[in-house]
Amino acid sequence: MTTRVLIAKVGLDGHDRGVNVIARLLRDAGMEVVYTGLFQTPEAVARTAIDEDVDVVGLSILSGAHLTLVPLVIAALRTSGCDVPVVVGGIIPQEDVAALHSAGVAATFGPGSSMQDIVATIEDLVPAH
Amino acid sequence: MDRRSSRLEWQEAYEHTSAAHSRATTQSGTPLAPVYGPGDGEFPGVYPYTRGIHPAMYRSKLWTMRMFAGFGTAPETNERFHQIIDAGGTGISTAYDMPTLLGIDTDDERARGEVGRCGVAIDTIEDVADLYAGIDLAAITTSMTINAPAAAIFAMFVASAEDQGVERARLGGTLQNDILKEYQAQHEYVFPPRPSLRLVRDTVVFATREMPRWHPLSVSGYHIREAGSTAAQEVAFTLANAFAYVELSRRAGLAVDSFAPKLSFFFNAHIDFFEEVAKYRCARRLWARWMRDYYGALDERSWQLRFHAQTAGVSLTAQQPDNNHARTAIEALAAVLGGAQSLHTNSFDEAWSLPSSDAARIALRTQQVIAYETNVTQVADPLGGSWFVEELTDQLEREVGALLEELLELGRGSLLEGCLTAIDQGWFDEHITEAAYAHERAVQRGERLVVGVNAFVDATSAPAPTNQVAPDTEARQRARLAEVRLARDATAVTRALDELRADARDSEVNLMTALMAASRARASVGEIMDALADVFGRYRVAPR
Repeated sequence: MTTRVLIAKVGLDGHDRGVNVIARLLRDAGMEVVYTGLFQTPEAVARTAIDEDVDVVGLSILSGAHLTLVPLVIAALRTSGCDVPVVVGGIIPQEDVAALHSAGVAATFGPGSSMQDIVATIEDLVPAH
Repeated sequence: MDRRSSRLEWQEAYEHTSAAHSRATTQSGTPLAPVYGPGDGEFPGVYPYTRGIHPAMYRSKLWTMRMFAGFGTAPETNERFHQIIDAGGTGISTAYDMPTLLGIDTDDERARGEVGRCGVAIDTIEDVADLYAGIDLAAITTSMTINAPAAAIFAMFVASAEDQGVERARLGGTLQNDILKEYQAQHEYVFPPRPSLRLVRDTVVFATREMPRWHPLSVSGYHIREAGSTAAQEVAFTLANAFAYVELSRRAGLAVDSFAPKLSFFFNAHIDFFEEVAKYRCARRLWARWMRDYYGALDERSWQLRFHAQTAGVSLTAQQPDNNHARTAIEALAAVLGGAQSLHTNSFDEAWSLPSSDAARIALRTQQVIAYETNVTQVADPLGGSWFVEELTDQLEREVGALLEELLELGRGSLLEGCLTAIDQGWFDEHITEAAYAHERAVQRGERLVVGVNAFVDATSAPAPTNQVAPDTEARQRARLAEVRLARDATAVTRALDELRADARDSEVNLMTALMAASRARASVGEIMDALADVFGRYRVAPR
């Protein structure tokens, strides 16, 4: 079975160059990608993740609000009974990476991450189909 | 036109400039003419202005070193503005936080985590007063990078300045106010395109009639390029939007020559040096031709494309951040050799966060080195006449021309309608995303090298120190807003917002009066935008 990934933008951050490009590159790598569009609430992301039955949720954040928004998304997912891994891509200062991991984030991808690494990490997170 | 007269025409214009009697030499003493070129060629200050809009270019006036700043609360940004002015900055430019850019108040649940982070938080006219405290608004020009709530923020600015004794006619500066590119690239929109354009119309009409020193629109290719477009797309989409605003203003009853001289542009200064120089040259030439021949402008100031440039944020790398100093310097030089009227240089730490005060100072110093040490300011359009740059200018002109024709066809002869139709069809997004994807694939495959990213990688390189916004920013700004809400006359606020809604329902009414009244009643940006949304609705777009 093909890996299904939900790519989401939460909050007020309209920067979507990264998310648009990542969606295409993940499709090139053979994954099925669902993109939420901009300005999603954490609850809406959780709903879409469940409705679309995805294997992984990828959040894209450039605005610097990751420490506030990412835990909210994880909480919304878990309270809806969805336990899929969450990965985060964007500008994440080194000192925030540990905080995101303890909030339950499975992996973070900073600027300059190679697609090979991103794809391999996502595949590793998804239990064998 | 008679191209033989070009040099003579330039000579005559040059003699009327403040640089007419200026003398310049190289560092070693060789005399320098203000411009070089054959008598029948193009000249600066002469239609179609490919080589620059002023006959003497920087000999008569240097570009404005306008540094963009904003973070935390208004008093913190005000302190940064004072630092910039003290360091020799000649203009200020305000960056707003995400909630303000989207017309959302600090105490709105949607604003959590974002307050003061990507810019300064502005909720009411009180914050606007704090933002510019101690700055002489009649002396220094201010620029506001705001779009969806531009009319509301502009109304607060004018009302605040007037309450402090500076009449609107003395205010000089620029409102970005370019809503079309929000639907195309930056995606910070609130209302649907047509009512948003009505707000643009109202601000343009207001400023044209009452604020002779104000530029009510800065048509911005910067964000289009940052979103991933090519240089040709940047120029084409920006010019198309500018022509759309020309049509909009004409429909509002303004004569093209009354407002076109007040339009300004904002372009990216990217890393491909010669392409950028050719880009500015081609943009000026096309604007002049279309304004004269398609839109019938008669005043030569309407033909002159004046622009602000900012070095490319996307070219900065998080890896080996010190290398970004070199990138910014090269990009800034391209903007200067391309004839920019105003320039912002990014700071080396901006791949990680908003700039620290020290980093912002170095970025300003980079401009000062170019302006005062390199001598590049003495000769206008120094790259003009290079076979390479001239050919690249022509090549870009053809590419841009083809895109403009496509949009014109889509709008059946109207670029306003063409842009709106293309927005509806996702045409801009498609073009831009395709270009961004091609770029990223080339980087991933190593076909395009980025130092420190996919070449000359250094595992030991330390990240830049990140400039943290004070953790209590959100709480302080919430308290400030609560204080203003408590002290104001609630009935007056309700009345002002009701009047705003009533005016909004009548598309013939200019909303600036009601917006300024609401600002003075201490209505917040969020309340004003919500009142307008009651009438205009909100724009939603399904992901493609």
